Amino acid sequence: MTPTPPGSRAPRRELLHSMKRLRALEETIAARYDQQKMRCPVHLSTGQEAVSAGVGLVLRPTDLAVSGHRAHAHYIAKGGSMGRMLAEIHGKRTGCSRGKGGSMHLIDESVGFKGSTAIVGGTIPVGTGLGLSIALRKTDQIACVFLGDAAVEEGVFYEAVNFAALRRLPVLYVCENNLYSVYSPLMVRQPAGRRIHEMVAGLGVRTAHGDGNDAEAVHDICAAAVAAIRAGEGPVFLEFATYRWREHCGPNFDNHIGYRTEEEFLAWREKDPVGMLEGRLLATGSLSQADIRAMDAEIAAEVAEAFAFAEASPFPDPDEAYQDLYRAEREA
Amino acid sequence: MSRSLTYAQAITEATAIAMEQDPRMIAFGLGVDDPKRIFGTTSGLAERFGPERVFDMPTSEAAMTGIAIGAALDGTRCLMTHQRLDFFLLAMDQLVNNAAKWQYMFGGQSSPVRLVIRLILGRGWGQGPTHSQNLQSWFAHIPGLKVVMPFSPADAKGLLLSSLFDDNPVLFLEHRWLHNVAGEVPEGDHRVPLGQAAVLTEGTDITIVSMSYMTVEAVHAARFLRAAGIGVELVDLRSIRPLDWTTVLRSVGKTGRLLALDTSNAMCSVASEVVATAASNCFTRLKAAPQRLTLPDFPAPTSPALTERFYPRAEDIAATAAAIVGREVDTTAIAASRTSPHDVPGDWFKGPF
Repeated sequence: MTPTPPGSRAPRRELLHSMKRLRALEETIAARYDQQKMRCPVHLSTGQEAVSAGVGLVLRPTDLAVSGHRAHAHYIAKGGSMGRMLAEIHGKRTGCSRGKGGSMHLIDESVGFKGSTAIVGGTIPVGTGLGLSIALRKTDQIACVFLGDAAVEEGVFYEAVNFAALRRLPVLYVCENNLYSVYSPLMVRQPAGRRIHEMVAGLGVRTAHGDGNDAEAVHDICAAAVAAIRAGEGPVFLEFATYRWREHCGPNFDNHIGYRTEEEFLAWREKDPVGMLEGRLLATGSLSQADIRAMDAEIAAEVAEAFAFAEASPFPDPDEAYQDLYRAEREA
Repeated sequence: MSRSLTYAQAITEATAIAMEQDPRMIAFGLGVDDPKRIFGTTSGLAERFGPERVFDMPTSEAAMTGIAIGAALDGTRCLMTHQRLDFFLLAMDQLVNNAAKWQYMFGGQSSPVRLVIRLILGRGWGQGPTHSQNLQSWFAHIPGLKVVMPFSPADAKGLLLSSLFDDNPVLFLEHRWLHNVAGEVPEGDHRVPLGQAAVLTEGTDITIVSMSYMTVEAVHAARFLRAAGIGVELVDLRSIRPLDWTTVLRSVGKTGRLLALDTSNAMCSVASEVVATAASNCFTRLKAAPQRLTLPDFPAPTSPALTERFYPRAEDIAATAAAIVGREVDTTAIAASRTSPHDVPGDWFKGPF
């Protein structure tokens, strides 16, 4: 068990609660996926909950965020509705994108989640543009861009970060480095010895990095970054080392198919972000076993209710496929 | 009230009117505030609206398109300009996967993408394979985009204002050979609705459907044909998507003959779509097979020796239209009336771009 970061003021109970919600949600999706009621690809975040929980507790509801294909945890941690996300994955009219988007296209502008899309790196400039608009409006909001280690291999990453640095935009780039792009390990994609945050520092933005499985560390690093951005010091890039437990896309474990080893997976599972923080809270007496059981029961009920909502919701009418192509004309 | 403005001045005026009305609108692109002001289409804007709202940008077409989308999603109306359409191809992912689909793929639950992208295309004078492509059919193929190609200065102003105040992404395609064309342009907030074609000449013998610069050539051809006793109904599309099928099909139904022009090559072109839709809808009214007149299905060459016959001109339009009507006409007078070389829009054009 890793010790609590010295001087941490992270809200540990809230972090644990957030991570447990993410874990329960994703694992329930995995457990029910073979029922064929969720008929779209899912990219689960199990094992990577600490980054979403840490960042999510630092951001304000008025801050804006965008993400990529593995966005469930970002969406929920930013305040998105479990029920509406599950309804979307179930293809229902009550889904956050009314069945048009599925798991990879989530949105809830009421909590500042401006959208997730499926093309790697595709929302990096979009989030940067949110930052440009915030800068023009001169508020103290920030725009948060969630990305993975493969997204820094896309050209728009460099273009967007260059512009954010040029204009000192209020953008927080949160890179979850989980070592793999689908089945391609970092070693076939980026030169040996590269540290992504060091490379990005060369673009002229502040950077920081940390253990992406340590929710308190994530929270503290993120809080410092966000404070600097709100103070007008320009964009910050954060890199967090973490690991996805399940397959790239789908509900299964895939350590047997040959692109990574069972040993590697087990080593990362030892660093389970949920278990580590739970252990700390129990060890320090901050929470009792009874508290944990109550928290787990409450979350299980929430997830069950969200699934019930999704399953009970109506499908969209087939004619709705021909709606929403254009935004209806409104007053300028 | 109207007065004579060039196409470039009409674009500048429309931009200024929109920026005046919406204090949150920004205009950016490589060179919008440089000494040449994008062929004079952004003259005075930086001085009038300041560097926060009118600014140059990094040479990052892809990211700047995404940045415009993001800014638009936060309520900042965006006008981005590229001096050549060809460079904008670097941004196709942002255009097709994000701008075009943001409204649809989120089920209408997002803020609007109020984004206009001005792209300049052209022909002739050495612009060659990567500085003159007319890719309107690419953009028009994508559900969620709107595409306009004005021919006259008045339409340039009216369509740009309508595009800027549309709640959807619009590709505004302007032909380099039109920037110096002058015409009467209404003052004030003059808007031309998207999706409405203009019938420039009425006739009963043949419908010619055209867009952008090809309409200039078609106007000359129609005048020549009229004198030869062939009545041309010239339909200037103005909007490519949405396309005004009502006007096009009504005209083809009336004349029974169709020549579809295009500033691009034939394969999967707008002209192809016009011919296909007319054939499907007006089949029993047709008196002759609909034809297309387009660029060859090749990249554009550079040398003036190679472009001499590459680009269709008024005489080609006149000869093709006459043949559809079953007439033969001597078009040598059209070429003889032209004083400038074949590869420039007029004597004013001396290059280099």
